[in-house]
Amino acid sequence: MAQVKVYITLKPSLLDAQGKVVQGALHQLGYDGVEQVRIGKYVEMTVGDGPQRDTQIAEMCEKLLANPVIEDYRYEVLA
Amino acid sequence: MKFGVIKFPGSNCDQDAYYTVRDVLGQPVEYLWHGDSELKGVDCVIVPGGFSYGDYLRCGAIARFSPAMIATQEFAASGGLVLGICNGFQVLCESHLLPGALVRNDGQKFVCKQVYLKTENANTPFTSTLSPGQVLQVPIAHGEGKYVCDESVLAELNTANRVLFRYCDADGDRSESSNPNGSLDDIAGIASANFNVLGLMPHPERAADPALGSAEGRAIFASLLKFWQ
Repeated sequence: MAQVKVYITLKPSLLDAQGKVVQGALHQLGYDGVEQVRIGKYVEMTVGDGPQRDTQIAEMCEKLLANPVIEDYRYEVLA
Repeated sequence: MKFGVIKFPGSNCDQDAYYTVRDVLGQPVEYLWHGDSELKGVDCVIVPGGFSYGDYLRCGAIARFSPAMIATQEFAASGGLVLGICNGFQVLCESHLLPGALVRNDGQKFVCKQVYLKTENANTPFTSTLSPGQVLQVPIAHGEGKYVCDESVLAELNTANRVLFRYCDADGDRSESSNPNGSLDDIAGIASANFNVLGLMPHPERAADPALGSAEGRAIFASLLKFWQ
């Protein structure tokens, strides 16, 4: 079994409304140094071992977890 | 002409579409359950508005893989007529029946109001009773209706006249203030390359009966009937 962590974010070319609002709030709190906030999704999965595992994880990201038209993704596999 | 309206868990405009087809158009209509892959011999599938599967993950992302949508994708591939409204448009984009995607409105708010649409291509199964440039008053109700796509897709949509409707004002003029959600190029609705699939964010089914304030959306359904006959 492996723990898989998937991180999904909006492509940089798209406005991240949520990130922008949070950035504004951080500035309001006095953290003026915050230059950009991007908010994404985090998915944890437990996946069985198998020779196809890595290919399948990439497939799951492409097909369902992320929409490659608007989102980027990356993942880590922890044994 | 027989219509089918898909019901997903979370659909909430399925009854509006059903009403419009049965009571306004006077045509046979059936609900298509999301878990069934049988399209009941319909001539046109309507993918209705709402929040299919709670909009979990992304709007339309889960609906794409439902048996009814897989059947609809095959139906569309063989030339079948498919109309996706609001959440239905999002589902069609996620299903790759239409290019691009719909993201959070620029204003970051859910927008529910009457808007005006300019008919950009009146030579399709969905628009044949309209005239080029004709303005329709139709409501919108969405939080994630900003259409986006990359430059090559936009160029293809424009050169092939696949943008059927753009947001405009009552006079048909386009400006920043007539675009309610920040959609790229004021896009409100696009068709597939063969013009048998239309996705649009505004709700023509909520503007097909004069009792609802506008009956101008009826033209889209009337066009489908004209095409069929």
